[in-house]
Amino acid sequence: MDTVLADSPPVRPVSSRNATIPTGTKTAAAAAQGVAAGQAAVTAATEAIVSFEAVSKRFPAGRGSAEVVALDAIDLAVPRGSVTGIIGRSGAGKSTLIRLVNGLEKPSSGRVVVDGRDVAALGEDKLREVRRSIGMVFQHFNLLSSRTAYQNVALPLEIAGADRRTIEARVTPLLELVGLSDKRDRYPSELSGGQKQRVGIARALATQPKLLLSDEATSALDPETTRSILALLKKINSELGLSVLLITHEMEVVKTVADHVAVIDRGAIVERGTTFDLLSAPRHETTRALLAGLPSLSLPAFLAEQLRPEPSAGSRAVLRISFAGDSATQPILSRLGQATGVEVNILAGAIDEIGGRPFGSLVVSIAGDAATLAKAQNHLAAHGLQAEVLGHVA
Amino acid sequence: MSPEIFKLLLQSTGQTLYMVAIAGLVGSLLGVPLGVFLATSGRGELYAAPVANKVLGAIVNATRSTPFIILVVAIIPFTRLVAGTSIGTSAAIVPLTVATVPFVARLVEAAIREVDPGLTEAARAMGATPLQIVTKVLLAEARPGITLALTLTVVSLIGYSAMVGAVGGGGLGDLGIRYGYQRFMPDVMAAVVIVLIVLVQAVQSAGDALARRFDKRSRPT
Repeated sequence: MDTVLADSPPVRPVSSRNATIPTGTKTAAAAAQGVAAGQAAVTAATEAIVSFEAVSKRFPAGRGSAEVVALDAIDLAVPRGSVTGIIGRSGAGKSTLIRLVNGLEKPSSGRVVVDGRDVAALGEDKLREVRRSIGMVFQHFNLLSSRTAYQNVALPLEIAGADRRTIEARVTPLLELVGLSDKRDRYPSELSGGQKQRVGIARALATQPKLLLSDEATSALDPETTRSILALLKKINSELGLSVLLITHEMEVVKTVADHVAVIDRGAIVERGTTFDLLSAPRHETTRALLAGLPSLSLPAFLAEQLRPEPSAGSRAVLRISFAGDSATQPILSRLGQATGVEVNILAGAIDEIGGRPFGSLVVSIAGDAATLAKAQNHLAAHGLQAEVLGHVA
Repeated sequence: MSPEIFKLLLQSTGQTLYMVAIAGLVGSLLGVPLGVFLATSGRGELYAAPVANKVLGAIVNATRSTPFIILVVAIIPFTRLVAGTSIGTSAAIVPLTVATVPFVARLVEAAIREVDPGLTEAARAMGATPLQIVTKVLLAEARPGITLALTLTVVSLIGYSAMVGAVGGGGLGDLGIRYGYQRFMPDVMAAVVIVLIVLVQAVQSAGDALARRFDKRSRPT
């Protein structure tokens, strides 16, 4: 990764995106401002294909269970033509959220506007019409075992009342698009997981929808298959201009395909923004926790074991410096040494790519007292770098 | 075995096949839709009608808990109303059918409930109407299960038809009782048992083969 980066010219981030990258100090006000700026970037970019307006969903109390608030006053816009990811732990409410878009669930209050229509207010007939313009891909594929790949892709067209010739003309190129022309007469039981999901994607595209919903589409797949399915989703998004709304619990998925991300936790959106901004400068602890799974951000085990929360005599402070965009190509550490006289020792580091832009993190240790540490942090903040004190090692 | 007895055996086999065929056909035509309804009319389901579901479920249970020989006698007025008479082979078809409908319904209900709810959800997401979900998803996916259910129904009907001798229905069971048992003719009894075994075997094998052909869930490649 490092060498590739050194050879390539510095990537210049779009200025509007740059504005939302926070600088060092993290006050609550700055965080709130950052969230607002991220949201502004989302809505200003394009008209929204889906917008949630003060959407709440409560499941009434059942026998022996209290009322469950699955979603609480959600406001969220999905820009037209984007790949937008909603990430959260299981039980955070993301499945409920995506099911509101095609009316599989009804909100308890609020509006879910899809392509200009409030889905929550539609009757069954109108709702069926809207559903035919929204494709959906499922975690467990949900293919009919009694139908071949071809017949599965044909199903939404049959449901919409298409004739045999239209179906043939639509299904054949779709199977080609997902790379399964040679499997058209195979039953799902004869296909691998990745192939099944490809059939699922082709099926979701059969009615030429404007919006594709992906409900944990890669969660049942191995990492390699996941990558190929994500590449396919990306290709569909860019070639067909389809908007994609996906939910996942895997940061890797969001990092790979999403332009915009919203983090959901306990029924509320806790952070949102462009994928790059959010991943390079996460503010909410849930986002950080979800990010911790990414290889480029995880701390080596030997270091994690030695970390102590408080400094002791002669201990060194351990900092994580996150750098993004053009700062990733600057000689920050040598400048830090020159400017402040602080001695910097590199412990771990990685450079990754989010949406084609370099993003890295360095874990360094700094010798000296609190004043030295503050000096170093101030210098980094002045250069637009985020430095987080992880702890102290003896 | 004398030619007369052999003729009786043939005639009885014909009667059994006739009763089983008609009762099986009519019973399935009524039982399959009832089974679909039972499987889709619970609270929050496709054709949600919880009250109708409960009432029909109770009637089905009542019919199924009545011993068949009691049912035959108990519904004689109804049999007379439908068939014009309460005795004979054709009249015997009425109680056989009445017993078949709830039997088929419960088995079909179970087969449909086996269908992955994810498929129903996928179809709803495609904008399918409830009827389309039933025909294109539920019945299509439950076809192997329904085939086995109907096979079991026919096998059970062959057994039930042995009891309608009580109302002069004839058939193989009646022949076995009247000749094999009451006239002490063990060869007739043996012949009846053998024909019944062959019949049941043939029906079960055909049903199994058909169900296997419909079942694409796990095919050796």
